[in-house]
Amino acid sequence: MEVFWSAFVDSIKLLFGGDAALYEIIGLSLRVSGISLFFAMLIGVPLGYLIGAHRFPGRGLVVAIVNTGMGLPPVVVGLTVYMLLSRSGPIWDLYRTWMGEAMPRVLYTVPAMIVAQVIISSPLVTGVTLAAIASVPTELRLQARSLGASRLQEAILTVKEARRGVMASVAAGFGGIISEVGAVNMVGGNIAGKTRVMTTAIQLETGQGNFGLALALGLILIGISFVIMNGFTRVQQSGGRYER
Amino acid sequence: MNASAHSCGGTPIITGEDIIVRYHRRTVVDVPRFELCDGETHAILGPSGSGKSTLLRVLGLLERPAKGRITLDGRPVTAGDKGARTMMAAVFQNPYLFKGTVSENVAYGLKLRGVSKSERDDRVAAALERVGLGGTQKASALRLSGGEAQRVALARALVLEPRILLLDEPLSYLDPLIKRRLVQDFSQILSAEGVTALYVTHDQDEAMVVADRVSIINEGTVIRSGDVDEVMTLPTTPWIADFIGMDAALSGTIVDSVEGIAEVLVGEERVFACTQLPPHTDVLVGIRPEDVMLFEAGAEMPVSSARNHLLMRVESIEHMGSTDRVSLHSNGMRIASSISRAASRELGLVAGAEVRAFFKATSVRVQSAAGVPSGV
Repeated sequence: MEVFWSAFVDSIKLLFGGDAALYEIIGLSLRVSGISLFFAMLIGVPLGYLIGAHRFPGRGLVVAIVNTGMGLPPVVVGLTVYMLLSRSGPIWDLYRTWMGEAMPRVLYTVPAMIVAQVIISSPLVTGVTLAAIASVPTELRLQARSLGASRLQEAILTVKEARRGVMASVAAGFGGIISEVGAVNMVGGNIAGKTRVMTTAIQLETGQGNFGLALALGLILIGISFVIMNGFTRVQQSGGRYER
Repeated sequence: MNASAHSCGGTPIITGEDIIVRYHRRTVVDVPRFELCDGETHAILGPSGSGKSTLLRVLGLLERPAKGRITLDGRPVTAGDKGARTMMAAVFQNPYLFKGTVSENVAYGLKLRGVSKSERDDRVAAALERVGLGGTQKASALRLSGGEAQRVALARALVLEPRILLLDEPLSYLDPLIKRRLVQDFSQILSAEGVTALYVTHDQDEAMVVADRVSIINEGTVIRSGDVDEVMTLPTTPWIADFIGMDAALSGTIVDSVEGIAEVLVGEERVFACTQLPPHTDVLVGIRPEDVMLFEAGAEMPVSSARNHLLMRVESIEHMGSTDRVSLHSNGMRIASSISRAASRELGLVAGAEVRAFFKATSVRVQSAAGVPSGV
């Protein structure tokens, strides 16, 4: 028990200790996951709307695929992205054919980490958005259309109506990547000062036997997640007076 | 059914032709022709599952039919035609208010049309006033009672000043008290606005209050269409008669006519009716049960403007709640009377008893039998 207490004290000391390397790691974690989440929302919310709001043949299969995507093992995503982006991978060849020059290295860079995290979080955002949109009555969309809404205006209204669920999808997407280590480690390489994030730092310290430091970093990560999720929840719950 | 019975004589705004809608290969609507005319409130009346709401959605450009043409002011239109769609606004069975305030809800369509904030505020206030909810702009739309919510839904449609108002069973979720009040208000608003309205309902009383014309629909097909009094008094088929709770229209012949009052021979009975049809016309005759009063057979003749008083025999008595429905016949003529339970008890009505039936000549609806399908 003592070890947890001292880790807690250490985490506070670390957080306010002015350690530039730590702040850089925290900053990169938030940046990678934040940018990934932005792209995941760009993909997942419209896709979730399209699937959630429409009936079409094969819809059940599509939903099952999305739900499977929500449980993608980050390590497998990392491995796949690694293989695609590596010098022997197909993208490397395509780039050379199209651009006539060698592709700059992408592996072990922040963009590669973002690609992997977008792949992990997009199905999470899509799946939860889809469920939220599907629970909005179709008649409500018919009502919007009957008042003159275009397809896009109808979609915007529906997403607004499903706001809480859509916010939950964003939280799910963020939760799925801020805590993820398998993919960022594999495609980022945990290079100090370049691609090291909170989770890979924790993994490194654990490997080196610095359990106390690893745990302290872990607590900082959880603390940051809490602050962010709390913010989400505030936004999500606002305007409750107008909820059903 | 002849096509002329479907047309209103006025200018049609919407015309639907050869409309067919199929769900899962099942035909749910098959209407060769439907006209909605300028300024009228046209009720589509039919039982559950008859396809009436589907027909409304198709005519309102909210759903594409499998087949068929729709013209608006003589111009062919489809569900993709936004200009045509924005000439209409709908109110559905469930008000489906959006999250937000009452005023945000009512302003929704105006916002889509790019109306300025200040004009929006004015028009929203006026629309809410019109539906009896003045000053409720700031209230949460989702905390309203059922009746208030439906008023907001109506305001949300009215505020757009649509050429055509589509109303799909707007009152059927409400309890009887609220419904009674709202049906009066709706009727007043619809006639005062001068808007053209398509009003779908399964409730014939509602249709009779709000509508100028009515189309009865069953199994996806319009089986009768015309002036509301005529349609609701002269059921031309046994199914319609059963649906609107009357006996099927009687067949008769006009034998004489003086100053707009015709003497019609029905079976061996003579009935006086107000009609301009000339003598020797074969006609259909209908009398609504509520218009037939009953008195004891031997009673003194009451002072009454009722031209018709027939000695008839009670065939059966059906309890309908607050009223009794008495089936009567005499000399080949068969009508029904709807009287209060108290009156029924006072008369001591039993099957086989004789009573005197009174009804006014103006209560008797007469229509030429020519052009009406068989099965009457």
